[in-house]
Amino acid sequence: MSNDPSTIRAAVRAYILENLMFSSNAADLPDDASLLDRGIIDSTGVLELVMFIEERFHIKVKDSDMLPQNFDTVDHLTRFVGSLASAA
Amino acid sequence: MTIGTPRLLQDALLDAAADPARREHVALIVEGVPHRYHELADAARRLAAALAARGVERGARVAIYMDNTWPCVVSIYAALVAGGVVMLVNPQTKADKLAFVLADSGAAVLLSDAHLQKEYAAALAGLELPPRLIVSNGSGTDAEDFDSLVAATAPLSEPSATIPLDLAALIYTSGSTGHPKGVMQTHQSMVFAAGSLIEYLRLDAHARILCALPLAFDYGLYQLLMSVALGATLVLERSFTYPAQVFERMRETRATAFPGVPTVFAMLLAAHARSPLRFPDVTRVTNTAAALPDDVARRLREVFPNALIYKMYGLTECKRVSYLEPERIDDKPGSVGKAIPGTEVYLLDADGAPVPPGSTGVLHVRGPHVMLGYWNRPEQSAHMLKPGRLPGERVLCTQDHFRMDEQGYLYFVGRSDDIIKTRGEKVSPVEVENVLHAIAGVREAAVVGVADALLGEAVRAYVVRVPGAELGERRVRAECAAKLENFMVPKDIVFCADLPKTATGKVSRKALLENPPAGLPA
Repeated sequence: MSNDPSTIRAAVRAYILENLMFSSNAADLPDDASLLDRGIIDSTGVLELVMFIEERFHIKVKDSDMLPQNFDTVDHLTRFVGSLASAA
Repeated sequence: MTIGTPRLLQDALLDAAADPARREHVALIVEGVPHRYHELADAARRLAAALAARGVERGARVAIYMDNTWPCVVSIYAALVAGGVVMLVNPQTKADKLAFVLADSGAAVLLSDAHLQKEYAAALAGLELPPRLIVSNGSGTDAEDFDSLVAATAPLSEPSATIPLDLAALIYTSGSTGHPKGVMQTHQSMVFAAGSLIEYLRLDAHARILCALPLAFDYGLYQLLMSVALGATLVLERSFTYPAQVFERMRETRATAFPGVPTVFAMLLAAHARSPLRFPDVTRVTNTAAALPDDVARRLREVFPNALIYKMYGLTECKRVSYLEPERIDDKPGSVGKAIPGTEVYLLDADGAPVPPGSTGVLHVRGPHVMLGYWNRPEQSAHMLKPGRLPGERVLCTQDHFRMDEQGYLYFVGRSDDIIKTRGEKVSPVEVENVLHAIAGVREAAVVGVADALLGEAVRAYVVRVPGAELGERRVRAECAAKLENFMVPKDIVFCADLPKTATGKVSRKALLENPPAGLPA
């Protein structure tokens, strides 16, 4: 399975839209929108997102990496998952 | 400024700012940025003048629909300084409910954050008499911008005519009817409650309280009120969404007090199990909103080796009822302790007669912390407030069942309503059911709380579809997420053929819990 940025971005977007926003409208989720500001994510939402990216990309997220700079937007997530996946 | 005992909630702030010894002390650290007492008082008095110019007079309700931010704290004190009544609304609240509380309270002004525009704009559009709008980071919106307004307005110089019997806050709480009710609290009641909590928590001016609880939750609000009353420091975090960030702030600020709810402590202990955590600077850990299991309290000592751990019980209608002295945590397992200082509690049976030790009765609370009633809800107020011992006095009948041991320690037995407690938040099943019933394709729905290791209780919805309706779990969830706060959205959705009924034809939540109907494919 390829883990290039566009694959990661598409998978992360699809997961958030489907499971955290329950939306099928891609325009509802700009890549630079803060998930916290928009009320899309909360403490259990972050845990769900971590489980998803760990399974989907075969990576391990450390507790100390669960920070807004890695999780708060689709852009941040794409970069974060990309850096872990390339290190794996 | 004032001499002697503070009478109004804002007195402590204004006094600290006027005292050369305390004015430079850090009142708040918000997302890592420190703010001193004189800065907070100055910003609050400027915004108070702006509020007064926009129609906020003594007794006017000021709605604050904001995240845990510096503007939120300034708004709270500005509303008080202007003589207004603080009405905090959880930023997770969606448009319909926001519109309801704005209309119900008759708020004169709404303060919000630009990122909440989608919800507040929809709420205001539906109101006949919308409040004046002030928005933080609002320069790109059509509302007045918070920062510009504070900068451009001279501080209010004349104190308002407020006396301690005036309302300080209207705190909306979920009720079993499905509509939230505004708990009316006066200045004297809140000044008293903050003082009582400070006393039993043994806090002083050196305290640094880390608050990641929403200020819109009275447990969060009182962290601020206590901290300011002490002239101490509040470390304010936006939420517990990113625990690692909260832990880092706790270390960096050497926080001494950490208030939480069981879900937060469960997450903290899960993180501790993966990679050990230790916060030796913390000397106070408090829990309320839902029972803290005894084994959790024990394991928290590994993370907080120098902390007194407090188990507490309360309801918004009187802020807090009881606390267990931390020294008794091992010999009084399961207890939430005794009445907070300056108050008393007793148990009565259904006929109003005292209950002997060991038997179950309804908890009654007597003290200056008891609410004045629910805003514009005389019948519901009368249900909770009963005549007391002295002429004209009213005591709070909590409607919750408790037992008391020979030494007067309280043990929670159960609620007398169907309210669900999830992540420490109250969820009215009726409120969720109302949203479910409005979804096309739903014939019937019922909502219950089921035991959940992390959440305490999880919200479960049973849904009966109209025959032939194309309705899946995803759409039900989407409709709920659009109308309800995140914690109210059902975690489980079970489609079933029918719901169990009582003899009078009403859906029986008791039967749903005892004999859950079989689920159909989604």
